[in-house]
Amino acid sequence: MKMLIKMVLLTLAALALPVAAQDAAPDALVKRVTLEVIDLIAKDKEIKAGSRAKLIQVIEAKVLPHFNFGAMTALAMGQSWNKANAEQKKQVTEEFKTLLVRTYASALAAYSEQKFDFRPLRAKPTDTDVTVNVRVLQPGTQAVTIDYSMEKTANGWKVYDVMVGGVSLVANYRTEFANTVRASGVDGLIRDLNKKNQEKK
Amino acid sequence: MRWCVRRLFLPLLLAALGGCATPEERDPRDPFEGMNRGIYRFNDTVDEYVAAPVARTYRKAIHAELRGRVGNFFANIQDIMIGANNFLQGKFEDGVNDWARFAFNSTFGLLGIHDVASEWGLEKHNEDFGQTFGRWGAPPGPYLILPFLGSSTVRDTAGTALDWSFAPLTEVRPIDLRNTLYGLYLVNTRADLLDASQLLQEAALDRYVFQRDAYLQRRRSLIYDGSPPREKLE
Repeated sequence: MKMLIKMVLLTLAALALPVAAQDAAPDALVKRVTLEVIDLIAKDKEIKAGSRAKLIQVIEAKVLPHFNFGAMTALAMGQSWNKANAEQKKQVTEEFKTLLVRTYASALAAYSEQKFDFRPLRAKPTDTDVTVNVRVLQPGTQAVTIDYSMEKTANGWKVYDVMVGGVSLVANYRTEFANTVRASGVDGLIRDLNKKNQEKK
Repeated sequence: MRWCVRRLFLPLLLAALGGCATPEERDPRDPFEGMNRGIYRFNDTVDEYVAAPVARTYRKAIHAELRGRVGNFFANIQDIMIGANNFLQGKFEDGVNDWARFAFNSTFGLLGIHDVASEWGLEKHNEDFGQTFGRWGAPPGPYLILPFLGSSTVRDTAGTALDWSFAPLTEVRPIDLRNTLYGLYLVNTRADLLDASQLLQEAALDRYVFQRDAYLQRRRSLIYDGSPPREKLE
């Protein structure tokens, strides 16, 4: 279990995806964004001094554009997604995004010079749904795999799920979301996510 | 007196068990959720007041480099049984790889404190008896939270018991040295996970559920060595 948590942590740390040419191959995109973000945080004095706000700013500028949060939220909510109205969908997506960004920032803050192994993409050029594999290497422990599920859209490749060490981030929220919606509806879920996002910092 | 026990104590006991065994909606993978949550809270308290503070002090006192060496030392010893489990699963090439790792790291790597084998292309694997049983077709069975140890399943609990009985560390004598090594292992491992447990805290709405689902996903992935048959999300 502890190993697992560690993997989640490292994986999230590798979530970095940058602003790139929209027709860049998905694996090239992942590589460029990851290295760019790692490089940025290594050089930034404020981030090194522990500025969470600055770190989140970097994530929002470099990583967020490559994620499809609507799709992620829909997958995490499963059947409840269709029960939500347009306004609820917007709100829940926004709250979920905030939660993931904050979590990601914590993961990045804990990053310490692990090496990346960017695996070549095994997909046909015509594929529109691919998995990009990255491995985070650390002596003494098994490499942590990070798998980005990516979909080709009109605006370039977008990530709709991240698997860290075999744990799908989106799937992992499913039970929690389903339990909350069953107990207190979609509004209850929005409220809970919002409350979570207001906690400290 | 005996009558008294039967008439009063038993119903109380049943009431207590029943009281903690009825969460609103049962997850079929977790029929003992009530009991598990109780043990989870207990583990959490132990962690909050003992394990985590000790690990934080250790992390402050000991340089990262040295902590890494300590981790490597224990990881090296574990390669013996990791290899054995690969053999049991019929993955002979992996098993040879693991034992070669142990041979190189124990010698050139100075008792394992340097993971030279990884630099030479011999990859570290992750295997245990729970995974071997899974590979042989054993279903995980109900999810369990073990006191002090945390997430498990019926299958993995049986696996963990075997892992322990075969752990080379248990053979170390004198007992004082063995216990010191146990302690060092636990503290070093917990220290490694300080960031991760913080992350869990931040990511989860209901930590119990989040951790359970992550554990079950993770174990499934490990049994298939990272490429389980894909479950498409709808």
